[in-house]
Amino acid sequence: MLSVRSLSIDFGAGAARVHAVKDISFSIGAGETLALVGESGSGKSVTGLALTRLLQEPPAVYSGGEILFEDRDVLKMSPAELRRLRGGKIAYVFQEPSTSLNPVFTVRSQIAEALSLHRPEVSDVDAEVARCLDLVGIVDPSKRMHDYPHQLSGGMQQRVMIAMALACHPQLLVADEPTTALDVTVQAQILDQMRLIKQQIKMAMLLITHNFGIIGGIADRVAVMFRGSIVEHGSTAEVLHNPQHPYTKALIGCIPQLGQRRRRLTTIDYSTLG
Amino acid sequence: MFSYLLRRILFFVPIVAGVMLLTFALFFMVQSPKAMAHRVLGPKATPKAVELWLHNRGYDKPLLINRIPEQPWYDSLFISQMRRLATFDLGSSDVTGRPLAEVFRQGALPSLLLTVPAFLAGLVMSVGLALYLVFIRNAAADFIASLLCVALMSVPVMVYVIFGQYLVAQVFNYFPAFGFQLNGWSTAKFLLLPIALMIVSGLGADVRLFRALFLEELGQDYIRTARAKGVSSAVVLMGHVFKNGLINLITLVVASLPFLIMGSLLLENFFGIPGLGNVLFTAIQLPDFAVVQASVFLGSLLYLGGLLLTDVCYAWADPRIRLH
Repeated sequence: MLSVRSLSIDFGAGAARVHAVKDISFSIGAGETLALVGESGSGKSVTGLALTRLLQEPPAVYSGGEILFEDRDVLKMSPAELRRLRGGKIAYVFQEPSTSLNPVFTVRSQIAEALSLHRPEVSDVDAEVARCLDLVGIVDPSKRMHDYPHQLSGGMQQRVMIAMALACHPQLLVADEPTTALDVTVQAQILDQMRLIKQQIKMAMLLITHNFGIIGGIADRVAVMFRGSIVEHGSTAEVLHNPQHPYTKALIGCIPQLGQRRRRLTTIDYSTLG
Repeated sequence: MFSYLLRRILFFVPIVAGVMLLTFALFFMVQSPKAMAHRVLGPKATPKAVELWLHNRGYDKPLLINRIPEQPWYDSLFISQMRRLATFDLGSSDVTGRPLAEVFRQGALPSLLLTVPAFLAGLVMSVGLALYLVFIRNAAADFIASLLCVALMSVPVMVYVIFGQYLVAQVFNYFPAFGFQLNGWSTAKFLLLPIALMIVSGLGADVRLFRALFLEELGQDYIRTARAKGVSSAVVLMGHVFKNGLINLITLVVASLPFLIMGSLLLENFFGIPGLGNVLFTAIQLPDFAVVQASVFLGSLLYLGGLLLTDVCYAWADPRIRLH
């Protein structure tokens, strides 16, 4: 369904040019979940945004490769085609729900906006918004949808973000650090919810995270990004239990284990990674 | 909401009293009431005429507190004036004796005819231009427009006035360069030039400010969310950016509303428009303390009212703000 081939993305021009993503390739089949794991600055968020060409150009430059979605190159689409793709076929959930929702519009109007763009045939908008909120586990959705984002907790805000992303039945959900801004218990709830939804509706997912600890139960495959390149790629079980690349090994070594008696947390020694 | 408004309006009383006390102190620190009488009546006035002038206007009373035995302490110039103002009785001019309520009513119309169109047109133009510049941001036209704005800002208002009067009025003879006559639609010919000058002199700074304000909104996370939903650039700008920018815009705009009625001191003088700015300017020169005092009184009330209105508008535009 989605196939990224030798994609390269740069930022800036001339001497200040930075190669943020270097010649990466991966693909996601219908209903499949790929976890893109890497540290801050490794290029994983840039990759996620690039899938619908959401990066600000300039400074971003798509310097090579192609992004094929249903056999069409996203990089060659017209603005109108891109708008149909965004939210309609590929939807996003971002890291910080408190700033990612517009503070001056109600939850209902923000979800209704997505519906009006991609599913204009929906006549009873209120009922559909309530149904979306119910799907992500929001209690009393017909009342909550008239709330403004600041009236909701962080976990509920993220549920609203997910509801908004799912409202238009996308084929691919790009979840960019969806649980990073949330505390650990809420993190677990949100991940459970996403797992549940994935079982209910057939939807592919690109889960972008720095945390190997959360991908276990949810991702089918893992791609590890380091300094703009994919250094390791395989099934989740394979990568978690038998990592090949030294960076992946180091990253997995950093996950704190329950019952472990160590006084210092493991860190990564970059001098050995080349 | 109601108790909030009531509380805020109660606070007006000590604030206005403080402003009045300061104005009073500043005015009579510069000159005694006697010196004022001499300036108004001329150097040849007899001591008797001066005394009569002072007595008729109450200036023969002690300034702040009456310490004369057998007289009530509050029978002073300042306190008796405050008691009069508290009933919204503005009194009458020290010089002409005309009731000030009438003077201000007459002056308000020319002032508003000048400032309201200039304000509204200027606001629409600067917000529209700013939104357009944000829409085409980073393009060459955006850069050139920014340069033009700085140029517009850098020219002093006086230069606009002098060149406007010279070019439009003298050389091309489109409008009269000076004067004012309230006469239906033909009043416009006296006002178009000062209105245009008022817009031009403020446009550069406003466009730059609003552009910066909207650009800041454009970088917010929720704008990325809107784009990720497939919202078009124009709708992102008019819906998401504008509604959020509005909150900041309100502070700048609503607080300036009261000044519209006070008129434009400079332009009214240069174009001979008999508005409130002109009234105040003449009163300071004469000097006519009654007019200065009444202007400051009304001005501070209007200003406080404007600030209150700003806060009410805030609550209306931003759901995160509640007044209680």
